Amino acid sequence: MTRTMWDSSVGKKTVMAVSGLIMLAYLVVHMLGNLKIFFGSDEFNSYAHWLRTLGEPFLHYEWALWIIRVVLVAAVVAHAISAYQLSRRDIRARPTKYVHKKPRASYATRTMRWGGIILGLFIVWHILDLTTGTVHPDGFQAGHPYQNVIDTFSTWYGNVIYIAAVLALGLHIRHGFWSAAHTLGVGSRRRDRAFKAIANVLALVLTVGFISVPVGVMTGVVS
Amino acid sequence: MKLTLRVWRQQNADADGAMSTYEVDGISADMSFLEMLDTLNEELILKGEDPVAFDHDCREGICGACSLVINGDAHGPERTTSCQLHMRSFKDGDTIDVEPWRASAFPVVKDLVVDRSAFDRIIQAGGYVTAPTGAAPEAHATPVPKPDADFAFEHAECIGCGACVAACPNGAAMLFTSAKVNHLNVLPQGAPERETRVLDMVAQMDEEGFGGCTLTGECATACPKGIPLVSITGMNKEWLRATRKAGKR
Amino acid sequence: MTSEYAEYTTGEPVVDAKAPKGPVSERWDTRRFEAKLVNPANRRKHTVIVVGTGLAGGSAGATLAEQGYHVVQFCYQDSPRRAHSIAAQGGINAAKNYRNDGDSIHRLFYDTVKGGDFRARESNVHRLAQISVEIIDQCVAQGVPFAREYGGLLDTRSFGGVQVSRTFYARGQTGQQLLLGAYQALSRQIAAGNIEMHPRTEMLDLVVVDGRARGIVARDLITGKIDTYYADAVVLASGGYGNVFYLSTNAMNSNATAIWRAHRRGAYFANPCFTQIHPTCIPRTGEHQSKLTLMSESLRNDGRIWVPKAKGDDRPANEIPEDERDYYLERIYPSFGNLVPRDIASRAAKNVCDEGRGVGPGGQGVYLDFADAIRRMGRKKVEEKYGNLFDMYERITAENPYEVPMRIYPAVHYTMGGLWVDYDLQTTVPGLFAIGEANFSDHGANRLGASALMQGLADGYFVLPSTINDYLARNPHHDEITDEHPVVQEVLADTEDRLRLLLAVDGDRTPDSFHRELGELMWEFCGMARTDSGLRKALERIPQIREEFWRRIKVPGTGEEFNQSLEKANRIVDYLELAELMCLDALHRDESCGGHFREESQTPDGEAERRDEEFSYAAAWEFTETGEAPVLHKEDLVFEYVHPTQRSYA
Repeated sequence: MTRTMWDSSVGKKTVMAVSGLIMLAYLVVHMLGNLKIFFGSDEFNSYAHWLRTLGEPFLHYEWALWIIRVVLVAAVVAHAISAYQLSRRDIRARPTKYVHKKPRASYATRTMRWGGIILGLFIVWHILDLTTGTVHPDGFQAGHPYQNVIDTFSTWYGNVIYIAAVLALGLHIRHGFWSAAHTLGVGSRRRDRAFKAIANVLALVLTVGFISVPVGVMTGVVS
Repeated sequence: MKLTLRVWRQQNADADGAMSTYEVDGISADMSFLEMLDTLNEELILKGEDPVAFDHDCREGICGACSLVINGDAHGPERTTSCQLHMRSFKDGDTIDVEPWRASAFPVVKDLVVDRSAFDRIIQAGGYVTAPTGAAPEAHATPVPKPDADFAFEHAECIGCGACVAACPNGAAMLFTSAKVNHLNVLPQGAPERETRVLDMVAQMDEEGFGGCTLTGECATACPKGIPLVSITGMNKEWLRATRKAGKR
Repeated sequence: MTSEYAEYTTGEPVVDAKAPKGPVSERWDTRRFEAKLVNPANRRKHTVIVVGTGLAGGSAGATLAEQGYHVVQFCYQDSPRRAHSIAAQGGINAAKNYRNDGDSIHRLFYDTVKGGDFRARESNVHRLAQISVEIIDQCVAQGVPFAREYGGLLDTRSFGGVQVSRTFYARGQTGQQLLLGAYQALSRQIAAGNIEMHPRTEMLDLVVVDGRARGIVARDLITGKIDTYYADAVVLASGGYGNVFYLSTNAMNSNATAIWRAHRRGAYFANPCFTQIHPTCIPRTGEHQSKLTLMSESLRNDGRIWVPKAKGDDRPANEIPEDERDYYLERIYPSFGNLVPRDIASRAAKNVCDEGRGVGPGGQGVYLDFADAIRRMGRKKVEEKYGNLFDMYERITAENPYEVPMRIYPAVHYTMGGLWVDYDLQTTVPGLFAIGEANFSDHGANRLGASALMQGLADGYFVLPSTINDYLARNPHHDEITDEHPVVQEVLADTEDRLRLLLAVDGDRTPDSFHRELGELMWEFCGMARTDSGLRKALERIPQIREEFWRRIKVPGTGEEFNQSLEKANRIVDYLELAELMCLDALHRDESCGGHFREESQTPDGEAERRDEEFSYAAAWEFTETGEAPVLHKEDLVFEYVHPTQRSYA
């Protein structure tokens, strides 16, 4: 069954849909957690600490976080490899372009491909910036995420990269969620409008939710 | 009407092709697009030039032979087949681009003619009900609920023209394949082979080098028979169901 | 002046020796029992060539392969799924009597013999009616999505010329659905390796060795390569020859080459003049017209046909008041009204147009009006029943038939004539079989609506697969044929020379221009109404066109490539000979019957008048030489069950 999944173009799309939904679920939680920044450094930092003690005493310190990280990395890798392989198949399947160009033809596909690449690069930067602190401006302080966030959004490039990525994310989710519904076979003519609406709402809420943080820092609401 | 045509000319499968420009005059709005090409060809023959090769047969929108990309749209600007497109959809003085279906699974044979035998092989992989002649039970032995019969019919309407592949930016044959899967899988007669059918047909579709679905919806927009995009959703569902069941065995 | 060609001679009668004697309802069982069988283990060793993949060819290929024969099959289309059976709209008849409306096998048999105006063989027609029942079962089992009622059972409707509801249908695309069923069965056998399928390959000649059909010569339409294929038997399922008329409802590439070449190699051609003109086609719009589109005659169930009472009334249809309209079919034929058989409806349309009461461009059309139906059943119901036909009409004419009446005019649709076959569907060349529209057998002088699909599938699924066994079992071949065989050499040379000559003439006229000229001539003199003098004129003119053709034809390109002009020109060569035989047959049959209407032979009220004492036979013609008088062989028709009466639909 795993073999059939991975060998088939339909199966690979299923892998993309499932991994995408896993990441989407994570993002919703992540976004809600981010909003805690508006309630001050104590609340935000203790939330960050709680993430590490989650599941205790059943789980050891940070185990829950690591489990989540492993699942997420697996999802990202599966999503990216499937996307890469499917895109290669798609490009090979249509090697000659039409002489008469139609702009609309590949809008969704193009946004998804470029959006995916942008998001992939962003994730790397985001982890190096706020998790490991490797590329963090102004001296990264482990255990003080509130300050780290403010540092990042105090640079112009930090804001530009973040906001651009979040906008790409919104577009990606808008087509991706609806697309996943169809890939998993739950879409139908009757439910199509509902799925489109949910996709739009999710995209909008996540975009606004995530962007509110840099905007908050820039406007001084968060300092 | 007087028109300028830019037509893809390619001597054979191995030759390079290019767009050639032709002027046609005296075109009537009541002509079909193919009758307009007939007019051009009559002139070309008399001038001793090679007429434009294009596939066509019934000219009433049902055989699925005609296959022209007209101004970037599979079958042209209206939702119909190239043979049922009429010149009243164009204006005097227009320049019209005519190209063949483009997909690596549909190699060009000559000019606007492509090889669509990949579709036949997808059907051969499982697009049938194993019902040997003479072994059939009485037709009324198995009633089929009208909604199921109608659903099957809507999908069985596919004419196998390949416009879905031509329109898809990924050259995917998902709409074609899903139409046959949905037609047969919903019927009680198709039920015994329900799982193998969808698995084998999708595998053959991949094998032929068609692309995957990115839900752009271009296929359903181009389909002259109005096979809906959710047909693909239905096939995905069937495929997942079949994969699950195969995993359990 | 009479052309030499018309001076035909009459040879020995031709007899159908295969139909058993005894009660008509038992003949098919008897024949099946008497037929020798081929041991299943040996079938693999027999190769059968099938030309064509329509309803007849597709179903035959699939069934023969299923039985274990090695089938080599051909179609000129790029896929077997595109054969022109796909365009049949209305439905398929079957004597299921699901409606309990008095239908039975005997009634279908009776209706078909009567509808064919007593020019068909009783034994064949009865078999067809018997098998009709099995066809529906077979197609349903294949997943053909016939229309159903809310209870889940199959829906039926009544169709032109009958008073029972026995026509099964799949919206307006019955032919498509049945063909896809056969195509899918065929595909299964191709995948299983039992059929070697050659798409885009056209049969150009027949190989007859020692008096038996042993193979064909065919051209690969992509590479232009001419190849030979050998078999133990050859089945022609290549359809009809309506394209002789240039404008017809046939597909553009439907052609008569396979049957005509077989005729030239010895197969008799029967009743070539029996062509069916379909009453409900969309009228032509101008010179550019390349084909005509049929609107299913099921439209006549609810639409009313009329023309203005006054000549030259050019008001728009909606402005003509009720009492100034002539619903001429309802007036002349009160009991059948708009549902009279096709030939009667067609001729009536021609008559009113000849009177100057036709409508639309050139006065070549009559109205088919749904205003009453929309009032009676509501627009929604009309849409449900005829939606796709209305859409098709609107697409072609840019007129909305929900608001203005449709315009229709008759067009050539089907050819009842074809290769003469016996009860086993074998032609006069042993080992050569003809099925579907390619043969002449079941429809007599006129085919009833929804019977073509029935006959094609009956021949392909059930009749041929039973009868061909007998031939193969009794005539095992022990010798291999190769390309070196002198007969093959001759046939190959003929074909190659013909194509070479077509390319070499390099004249100044296109293939289409000749085809159109021939078509116009045939429509005028051998169309809906025929006369002695008109037919003689056509017989004089055809050899002239043929002579001009070989002098002035221009075919660009070469024979070693994909060359559609060459394909077309080569088909016209055969039309130019077949047309002559059609005219001669029409001339010799000095009576009116079914689709063949001779103006000299009509009742005082203008109905077709049969002359049974003289013409109760099928005319099977034997080829001699191009342009030389053929030999007529008569097959006497005996009616033991349905006694000839003058048809009356009044």
